[in-house]
Amino acid sequence: MNLREMTRFAWRGVTANKTRSALTTLGILIGVAAVIVLVAVGTGSSKAVQDQISSLGSNTLTVSATSTGGGGFGPGGGGPGGSQPTSQNATSTRAPALTMSDARAIAESDDAPHVLGVAPVVSASSVSATYNGAEHSVGTFTGTTPAYLLIDNTSVTDGRSFTDGEYEGHARVALLGTSVAEDLVGSDPADLVGKQVSFNGVAFTVLGILEEKGSQGPNDSDDRVIAPATAVQDTLAGYGDLSSISVKATSAAGVDRATAEVEAILDSRHHVTSDDRDYSVSSASSILEAATSSNQTFTVLLGAVAAISLLVGGIGVMNIMLVTVTERTREIGIRKAIGASRADIVGQFLAEAVLLSLIGAVAGVVAGLVGSRFTIIGIHPVVAPYSVFLAFGVAIAIGLFFGLYPANRAAALRPIEALRYE
Amino acid sequence: MSGQHAATVAPVPIAPAARPPVIEMTGITKTYGSGEATVHALSGVELTIERGDYVAIMGASGSGKSTLMNIIGCLDVASSGRYLLDGIDVRRLAERQLSLIRNRKIGFVFQSFNLIPRTTALLNVELPMAYAGVAAHERRERAEEALERVGLADRVHHQPSELSGGQQQRVALARAIVTRPVLLLADEPTGALDSRSSAEVLALFDELAAGGRTVVMITHEDEVAQHAKRILRFSDGHIVADDRQVPVGAPPPRWRTGAPA
Repeated sequence: MNLREMTRFAWRGVTANKTRSALTTLGILIGVAAVIVLVAVGTGSSKAVQDQISSLGSNTLTVSATSTGGGGFGPGGGGPGGSQPTSQNATSTRAPALTMSDARAIAESDDAPHVLGVAPVVSASSVSATYNGAEHSVGTFTGTTPAYLLIDNTSVTDGRSFTDGEYEGHARVALLGTSVAEDLVGSDPADLVGKQVSFNGVAFTVLGILEEKGSQGPNDSDDRVIAPATAVQDTLAGYGDLSSISVKATSAAGVDRATAEVEAILDSRHHVTSDDRDYSVSSASSILEAATSSNQTFTVLLGAVAAISLLVGGIGVMNIMLVTVTERTREIGIRKAIGASRADIVGQFLAEAVLLSLIGAVAGVVAGLVGSRFTIIGIHPVVAPYSVFLAFGVAIAIGLFFGLYPANRAAALRPIEALRYE
Repeated sequence: MSGQHAATVAPVPIAPAARPPVIEMTGITKTYGSGEATVHALSGVELTIERGDYVAIMGASGSGKSTLMNIIGCLDVASSGRYLLDGIDVRRLAERQLSLIRNRKIGFVFQSFNLIPRTTALLNVELPMAYAGVAAHERRERAEEALERVGLADRVHHQPSELSGGQQQRVALARAIVTRPVLLLADEPTGALDSRSSAEVLALFDELAAGGRTVVMITHEDEVAQHAKRILRFSDGHIVADDRQVPVGAPPPRWRTGAPA
């Protein structure tokens, strides 16, 4: 018996009980679509993070304080109370990890030829902006120097940035991201320039509106406010540590040397070595590496969950094929009596199982591609071609694998017993 | 005239003496179970059926006639003894070859018709040829021809559920003869039919036997058995009576006396 013949028998078998076949197919469909969509979500989130990181600029370094090492404390403390001597004690007994003078030292040092610009960053958290009764909770409130805009590759679209004079003078001025501005005054952010907006009750004059960066992934890059660090420390953040220091290297190629120079300056100021540093210097590329590897794990996990649903779909195929074989025992007996060989019977039922999974796989690919066009939890899915072929191939293989047992069971039936079956 | 070189469409001629008998059984036994629970379904059956004969095998249920039918039809294998079907020793054949033998040498007609459900009469009749690897267009021609022969030319596209019992049995008969087998094997072919349909189906068997086809029919009705040229009575696993009504070469006794085919 040839393949066309077998496919015809299989098709008749599949269409004999349409509801049942449709439900079985649905199992495979969901599995295949899940693999495609979830891998696309993983790939999409990976891409969003990469875009976000590369938008920082490839020659930007971030110096941030770390809790490890430093001071008069042994690592981890001791005994059950080990968790006690944390930041409160630490700040009282040793100098803050990163200070304004650290930032000034890097900026003014002659030993840092690869450093183009330095900006201290003071972050104020839970800042709420109000203007004429409108209120907005600010995502990121950054206190810094005018150099920050250069380092962050940000320009001011309406109005102007603040000056070094305003920085030194603790001027209460601010630059608003478009999301913040739009939330306060509606569609035209330029209206806010020159107006007073109060942040947690402290009035700041809006000098300009920041260029729109667009949102990447779940984070809105435009939900931010930038103000002079001096004024922010006066009013919102206090005079503690800096959150970080942003450093711009002269070029992308100079990032590694700039990193070494910054580390040399800070090591001597903090009296630490590379073994017990209380800060870390990270570049866009090092963040990218870490983010990429964690995203891969994320994608693999999503793919694994989807693969399990595909497997469950395959078990559904096997289940239905076993029912089909039992139901059609008599038919199998007739076919054997009139001359069907074992191979003919195996072929017929295997073809039926594969046909079920094939229909499910095709529909699943379509559903997966359609589903990947929607934004899912703030992520634009990016369909990975390999996931389409993999899901499709695995679905067919699952049909073959899970069809084999029922088909063999059908073929092993003895004709006289099968004919007697009611 | 055998299935392997079936070029002729004309009725099968009466076999010359040189051809082997269709069935040649010596010392066939069949036992089920073992030890004290052993059941002897067949105990030493000796049976020769010549080409062109029309044999009715009679017996009460439990007499072993169904076991004999399964062995003749190569659906089951004897425990011991020798069985030559058209000169081929089937006890030595593997499963794959047995399915070939069933396909090429034997046409089955069952009491419960055993058509494939949700499949048209035409496709049911084509099925054995599909397994034999006959080309599609030839298959169609031969299936239509066989259905015409059983008087169902106008029912080719009907499904079994749309046909009466008598019509279904005639489709089954068409399916059995379409491969031109050496042996037409029928198991209570009229057992599920009313008397009018029975008469139609039996007339068809007579017609085929008159055309020289070898027919073996299992039945428990005397009325049905009277159509055969030879009647075997079966009891306790062996043949107890062997009555020849007419010679092998003669037409069946009831031919053209029943309802027209």
